[in-house]
Amino acid sequence: MTDRLRSLTKKPTWRALIFWLLPAAFLGYFFYQPLLALFNLLISPDWGFRLAELDLNRLWQPLWFTTAQAALSTLLTLIIGLPGAWLFANYIFPGKKLLKILTTLPFILPTVVVAAGFNALLGPRGWLNLGLMALFNLESPPIQFLNTFGAILTAHVFYNTTIIIRVVSNAWSQQNIRLQQAAKVLGASPWQTFREVTLPLLKPSILAGTLLVFLFNFTSFGVILMLGGPQFATLEVEIYVQALHMLNLPLASILSILQLICTLAITLGHNKLAGHQKMTIVPRSQEIGTRKPKHTLERLATTLLVIILFSLLVAPLASLALRSVVKLEASRGERGEITRGFTLQFYRELGVNRLGDLFYVPPITAARNSLIFALITILITITLGILVAYALRQRSPINAVLDPLLMLPLGASAITLGLGFIIVFNRPPFSNFRFPILLPIAHSLVALPFIVRTLSPALQSIPDSLRNAARALGAPPLRVWREIDLPLLSPAIIVSIIFGLTISLGEFGASSFLTRPDYPTLPIAIFRYISQPGALNYGQALAMSTLLMIVCAGGIFIIEHFQATSKDWL
Amino acid sequence: MLLVLAVILASCAPKPSTTEPQTLTVMTHDSFAVSETLIREFEAEHNVRLAFVRSGDTGSALNQAILSKQNPLADVFYGLDNTFLTRALEEGLFEAYKSPLLDEIPDQFEIDPDHFALPVDYGDVCINYDKAYFDENNLAVPTSLKELTQLEYAGLLVMENPATSSPGLAFLMATIAEFGEENYLDYWRELADNGLVVVSDWETAYYTNFSGSTGQGPQPMVVSYGSSPAAEVIFAETELDEAPTASIIGPNTCFRQIEFVGILNGTQNRDLAEDFIDFMLSEAFQEDIPMQMFVFPVNENADLPQAFIDNVQIPTEPASLPSELIHANREDWIESWIETVLD
Repeated sequence: MTDRLRSLTKKPTWRALIFWLLPAAFLGYFFYQPLLALFNLLISPDWGFRLAELDLNRLWQPLWFTTAQAALSTLLTLIIGLPGAWLFANYIFPGKKLLKILTTLPFILPTVVVAAGFNALLGPRGWLNLGLMALFNLESPPIQFLNTFGAILTAHVFYNTTIIIRVVSNAWSQQNIRLQQAAKVLGASPWQTFREVTLPLLKPSILAGTLLVFLFNFTSFGVILMLGGPQFATLEVEIYVQALHMLNLPLASILSILQLICTLAITLGHNKLAGHQKMTIVPRSQEIGTRKPKHTLERLATTLLVIILFSLLVAPLASLALRSVVKLEASRGERGEITRGFTLQFYRELGVNRLGDLFYVPPITAARNSLIFALITILITITLGILVAYALRQRSPINAVLDPLLMLPLGASAITLGLGFIIVFNRPPFSNFRFPILLPIAHSLVALPFIVRTLSPALQSIPDSLRNAARALGAPPLRVWREIDLPLLSPAIIVSIIFGLTISLGEFGASSFLTRPDYPTLPIAIFRYISQPGALNYGQALAMSTLLMIVCAGGIFIIEHFQATSKDWL
Repeated sequence: MLLVLAVILASCAPKPSTTEPQTLTVMTHDSFAVSETLIREFEAEHNVRLAFVRSGDTGSALNQAILSKQNPLADVFYGLDNTFLTRALEEGLFEAYKSPLLDEIPDQFEIDPDHFALPVDYGDVCINYDKAYFDENNLAVPTSLKELTQLEYAGLLVMENPATSSPGLAFLMATIAEFGEENYLDYWRELADNGLVVVSDWETAYYTNFSGSTGQGPQPMVVSYGSSPAAEVIFAETELDEAPTASIIGPNTCFRQIEFVGILNGTQNRDLAEDFIDFMLSEAFQEDIPMQMFVFPVNENADLPQAFIDNVQIPTEPASLPSELIHANREDWIESWIETVLD
């Protein structure tokens, strides 16, 4: 091998290493260190752990169910999400912007609230059952939704469809329309064009979205517990039971490790499927190629999709928001006589500290905390995400090792991570482990895989020819980056910011471990209300959830608005 | 960037100085609540700043204490209950402290004779029923656990899974206290055959399945807390003169949970920690407990608020089991229950 060739093959590794430096240090320090410390402590004879005594059935049974439900849920999510992505990427229709924001909201809601929303719609006394009972003169509610396998699947589709829509429609709307036009000119039918041109170009983003959804379903906790009921247990639910109810931390650790190994295997499988092929395309601007539906068939399909998305993703949210402004006043002793009326009482009550509780936090403060944590999360993850995306662009063997390690935080249970933080970050500079920065750091660990999976395909698709042209014209490297990479990356950066925002705003598991009582987030405040009896508490939990939705929708609106207005500026 | 951020944040933190009050850290669970005025008074009186570390349920909080016992994160731990007491004592989490205020606490609550853990409050896990449902249907309210297996109550009770919910576990233990370790599974077989509904968590049971709450669900009986009827009045949408629910009070129908406080082994603030425990056992704090946490004071001199006197019946024969027995059998009981009821 000549020196010249060697230097060529070596160079990317060095470059990749430089890009990896900060992200790897971050993950190593804040993820691998606490996790390994925890496992090291717990899986030892001091803690009464004996590998030989381990009953393997306690691992296989939940593992089997976890995998099966995740696969089915992911499939259903794709069935709804891919047409959704098609709709958003190709068509203009009234209310499009609003619908896109609304379909993102399920992602942020705490499960305990989502369960309440589904209940208001599909529960034993939900609107649907009441309607059907009245219509067909039935004695008992015809739809049994809660505590069924179907409830788990529905809730997973409800939560995760937005991932597919966001990731895939972003890639789709950036495809160069000239390729499809060329295929058409060459005599390809629309179906052929789709199969041979569009689909192969979409493959990386579809696979990336599928991976994220599958991993989210694989580590599902609240949905299984609250909507699936006691008949179902995933690995994550088992970890929770063993750690917090049986205080069997060694078994909880073994289950966590199993979950991490599976995450690693799934990611490796995905990477193999995705391959290394790099498809570069000259991206088009967002608006070109979107149009109003023309033929009857198109109109029918798009209308149907809007209805499906609306009733599946928006209706449960709407029923929650509605319930937070409706008074259900039962006159004493007469259960049937419920007078419904409009009320803002629950919202007013949020601002009142009735009992003079030391830990009372006004809703504005909780919203402010949530937003500050989300902002820090976005800052950390976008910086690290861009670095990782550039590292992954280098053809370096270390990427094959480091990339899957980056995905592991998605497979780590919040409980395990929380406990790990406690044993590691309890000395300076984290003198009190509730040092407020730990919370956005934990959120960043979860959000980073999403952001990398969004940014990396976008970066890969930028053709080098553009950069070379700029360089040939005399642009210095930084200018090339500012004038070529940044504008072409900006749609993906916007999607990433939205992921960072929504993941941080909605995160509950790790937050419940790491929040300091003086800095509660919105989901923590919601939980505090709904875990106490009394109509007022229930109403306030729903009011607070509605507030969370409004804060999040506002955030997404501003981010997308910024994208729309910043085009010229970039 | 992170380092820069950390440095900035660290430099913003106030520098400790000699006039600065000391900090006493209290580790506890999410349900801990207290009136702000009381805490401020204590802080002023003892020139101390109280920091509360509040996270998750009793299990999470206890795990934190156990995992950090080599390098304690706090000086005082509050919120340990009698089902986890033996585990905490075995771990050697606490230093013994015989508070003078223990004289004002009846013997029935002082479960730890060596005073590593001191009782603070107690509450009962009871079956709540929807008064209106039983009135409208002219149905007699059951008075014992055994009666719940009768046909007229088929499908009327919802409870939480003992594996994922502490009230669910408490109810399971009430049946063990009532029927004994040999017979309790027979009882559960009958109850399951009588249409018992099981959900994972208290929130679903109370707000979705129970008909007495705003959820308007299908079951008029729910495993909840003895104090829930009072909460329904205090947190009513519109003022109520009477609670819409009540608890079934009979021998062993309610399981008693006692919560303890202890000084964490290795504290640097032993004197202040003792002061804080005395404060928690004092009348002022004890009288604050019911309205803040919906449990009852152990100090016999503490008066109850009116809403509690009017709406809460305190069982005279609550179920209880020795803490050591619970510690030894918790897992077996839960697993046998799952096999009997869920499979």
